Amino acid sequence: MKKDRREFINTCFRFAAGASIVGVAGVLASKSAKGDFFWQLDPTKCTQCGRCATSCVVTPSAVKCIHVYDMCGYCDLCGGYFRPNVKNLSTGAENMLCPTGAIKRTYVEDPYFKYEIIDELCIGCGKCVKGCGAFGNGSLQLQISHDLCVNCNECAIARDCPSDAFKRVPLEEAYQFAGFKTNKKI
Amino acid sequence: MKKIFSLFSLLVLLIIDFAAFAQTQRFPRPEFESGYTQPVTSMPEPRAGIFALVDVLLLIAALSLITWFIHKKRSRTGVVITSLFSIVYFGFLREGCVCSVGSVQNVVLALFNPGYHIPLSALAFFVIPLVYTLFFGRTFCAGVCPLGAVQDVFLLRPISLKKWLQKVLGLIPWIYLGLAILYAATGTDFIICRYDPFVGIFRFNATFFMFAIGAAFLLISVFIARPYCRFLCPYGVILNLVSRVSKNHLSITPASCIQCKLCENSCPLDAINKPVEVKQMEDKRSATRRFILLGMIIPALMIIGGWVVSNFHENLAMVNSKVRLANELLHFNSNTMKESLEIEGFRTSGKTKEELYLESAAILKQFYYGSWMLGAFIGLVFGLSLAGLTRYRYREDYEADKGECVSCARCLKYCPVESN
Ligand code: SF4
Ligand code: SF4
Ligand code: SF4
Ligand code: SF4
Ligand code: SF4
Repeated sequence: MKKDRREFINTCFRFAAGASIVGVAGVLASKSAKGDFFWQLDPTKCTQCGRCATSCVVTPSAVKCIHVYDMCGYCDLCGGYFRPNVKNLSTGAENMLCPTGAIKRTYVEDPYFKYEIIDELCIGCGKCVKGCGAFGNGSLQLQISHDLCVNCNECAIARDCPSDAFKRVPLEEAYQFAGFKTNKKI
Repeated sequence: MKKIFSLFSLLVLLIIDFAAFAQTQRFPRPEFESGYTQPVTSMPEPRAGIFALVDVLLLIAALSLITWFIHKKRSRTGVVITSLFSIVYFGFLREGCVCSVGSVQNVVLALFNPGYHIPLSALAFFVIPLVYTLFFGRTFCAGVCPLGAVQDVFLLRPISLKKWLQKVLGLIPWIYLGLAILYAATGTDFIICRYDPFVGIFRFNATFFMFAIGAAFLLISVFIARPYCRFLCPYGVILNLVSRVSKNHLSITPASCIQCKLCENSCPLDAINKPVEVKQMEDKRSATRRFILLGMIIPALMIIGGWVVSNFHENLAMVNSKVRLANELLHFNSNTMKESLEIEGFRTSGKTKEELYLESAAILKQFYYGSWMLGAFIGLVFGLSLAGLTRYRYREDYEADKGECVSCARCLKYCPVESN
């Protein structure tokens, strides 16, 4: 008798628990059908503090400098490539701003040069981004490279970013550049 | 004079405007004559979603397998094998993310924040173990959860803790769960992810501090079974509740208990309940008195808890970066202090101080109500565990405590009864 009653109460609770699990799951799943969220770094907010290079859970950081070629002036004296006040515009390591030599400078035609980022070397420190923003067109910008990013449940850089530049966005907005609208759909 | 001034200011404005324009196009893009083709700006696609699907399928497979090992084969070896798989796959290969324990926060954030929807894989990791637990007990904890599994394989010399100590420490997960919900609901932080002691080990990238904590947990696991599971894990308490009403929980004996006492001390988690004899049961009058007393104590505890915690709501809110920044700005003196990166970031963002203060005041308010609820919740948990301590429950056989037992299957081999 006692046992029966306990069993009955148990069954009631079991159905209540089951119903609430299904309910919560249903409500949330109906919204989730729209697709996943990804972390995005808003370059209009970023102040190139350097934490992107150190806070990411993957090493080297999943944040990379991305070159928006449409914005680039192809300058000989590139504010992102050269240290301020360089004596001669050569590719010597002592002239380079990038600590890892991740920017490749190639001559295009007089007086223009092309600057490419070698993803494997870039650590996302943002030094070149700062330089390009200060002396150039701001065509070098930090972005999360989504093939490298593991899309952490909570982005470790987002926590540390002093400029509140990270947010969760849907896939269409996964890349965003300051001063340039991309029409490439990913 | 006035006219000249306004003309002048117009000119100034124009120049500033022009400067702002020139800022974005200091050096216009050249027209190339050599037929140069510009490389495309690289925007690599995210890793394919197929990984998430594989994760979910493997979760279901591992859960089914371990449940079969526990319930049908009654095999501890099977549990160990599944544990090792989970440690390797969900731990080291998938780097412990996303895990069921952390998914609690995604669920809370999605419930409170209409702009966010939970990734389907995170939802699956939250729901599927609960469903299995509802039917079969905490077989997820037995060896599918990588955090539980890694502690379990380290357990070599189990010692048992004093009952009261277990009860007291067992309250911590509830507080942790409450805090995690508060911080996730306010969109402040995912503290379970941040303070996950094992994820740094799975990823080989822990800071020294987190590595030390993780290593300490594993060291403790050698002697005290599953310290994180029992005394911290916030998902564990949800599983604990669900498991109490589970349909087919593991039973120590394959047939019927003969009260031989052989399994009595076999559980490293002290999760085996001894029989309670009938004569220990209390009479009706004292039961009613106890009931009324608890009916008064629990609401009182909830109010006290709410009041106490709400007094600390400002301290709790300091974890929020906006509140912290507002506070920093309030006390910032540009003459004597060096600007922090945060303040520099704020200055360049173009937001006014007033906007920030308003935002931070709104967050503080959320924390005020949230901390009342958190306190009341803690009070309720304290009250209910008090009630649990004073309750007598008639029991004939040696049984695993459906809530505390993690279905590790260690006790099964102690039972001498043959299955029929
Ligand atoms: S942490 Fe924030 S401010 Fe610093 S470089 Fe990264 S995005 Fe920019
Ligand atoms: S300076 Fe830093 S961000 Fe720029 S390319 Fe080099 S490593 Fe990358
Ligand atoms: S989500 Fe994780 S992997 Fe991606 S940028 Fe942030 S910390 Fe790095
Ligand atoms: S109690 Fe928590 S950490 Fe332990 S096995 Fe269960 S879910 Fe994992
Ligand atoms: S199966 Fe449960 S009762 Fe048995 S030893 Fe494991 S935790 Fe204890």
